[in-house]
Amino acid sequence: MNNHGMTLIVKTVTRITVWMILLYGFYIILHGHLTPGGGFAGGVIIALAFLNVLLAYGRKFTQEWLNIHLLETVESLSALLFVVMGVIGVVIGGSFLANFLSKGALFHLVSAGTILPLNIIIGFKVAMSLFLVVWVLAGVKMSKGGEA
Amino acid sequence: MPVETWLIFTLGFMILGSIVALEIRDILSAIIAISVVGLGVSMAFLFLQAPDLAIVQFLFEIFALIILVRAFIDKKNHQFEPSSSSMVMTIVGVVAIAVIFMLSIPMFRLLPPFGEPLMSVSQHYLDFGASETGAANLVASIILDYRAYDTLGEVTVLFTAILGAFAILRTTAKHKTAGGNDE
Repeated sequence: MNNHGMTLIVKTVTRITVWMILLYGFYIILHGHLTPGGGFAGGVIIALAFLNVLLAYGRKFTQEWLNIHLLETVESLSALLFVVMGVIGVVIGGSFLANFLSKGALFHLVSAGTILPLNIIIGFKVAMSLFLVVWVLAGVKMSKGGEA
Repeated sequence: MPVETWLIFTLGFMILGSIVALEIRDILSAIIAISVVGLGVSMAFLFLQAPDLAIVQFLFEIFALIILVRAFIDKKNHQFEPSSSSMVMTIVGVVAIAVIFMLSIPMFRLLPPFGEPLMSVSQHYLDFGASETGAANLVASIILDYRAYDTLGEVTVLFTAILGAFAILRTTAKHKTAGGNDE
């Protein structure tokens, strides 16, 4: 469509694979308490998927595809939610970040109490943080090139 | 082969990669060579049976590689200035490393044997981690239950990093609040 970004081959491959990478990232986050990985690794995978789009399609398309302000809000909210989970732990469990939810059965997807929600929170936090840092750094580079 | 053999092989490969990264002229080749070190760390974690760490290390290596390559691929000249290191400085550096290594040998003797942790709390995690937290992945039970407070610190570090990046690298000035455009 536009001349930004890389060639048509890269764009086509990215369009197909970015959803698979995102799905894999969500899988790693959701199964963090069952298999190796967790919120941190899954968050990096999601950030890399967004980075993939940024590299292949260019900055302008990514700005239309992703709502950057929404990402910033999610990023800040996830940090707040982590603290809120800790405070709920104080109220219900008696200590900061106490595991106040039901433990469930071992090896089940919904188990391990607060570990699953905390994994999801950390996953969003890491994904948004890493992508936004790259986004800001890339923006500085571009504005230097086209000195206004 | 025992795991130590693989580890020594991986560590030697990493040292080789870092030497190549230091000596090579072309900056893109240096970035590729330095990423050998990070991927070697990832392999070492795999040999030490720490897949969680290996995954995170591998992903961060890819992430750093993408950023570095993207930053340097547009540069017109990829060549380093040849560093003029004198013979004296090289000798001083080697002697300093040798002295520090000799001084730290008594410390190495105090280290526990390979695979036997110093802290007895890790045995508690191994014995009761699954029953106390309900998580099949013991690493998740440690970082998000026993040591969740440390994870909060990690989240704070990330939050501060993105805050600083946005504050320092802001591309648009606050024209409206400053009351007038500066030319």
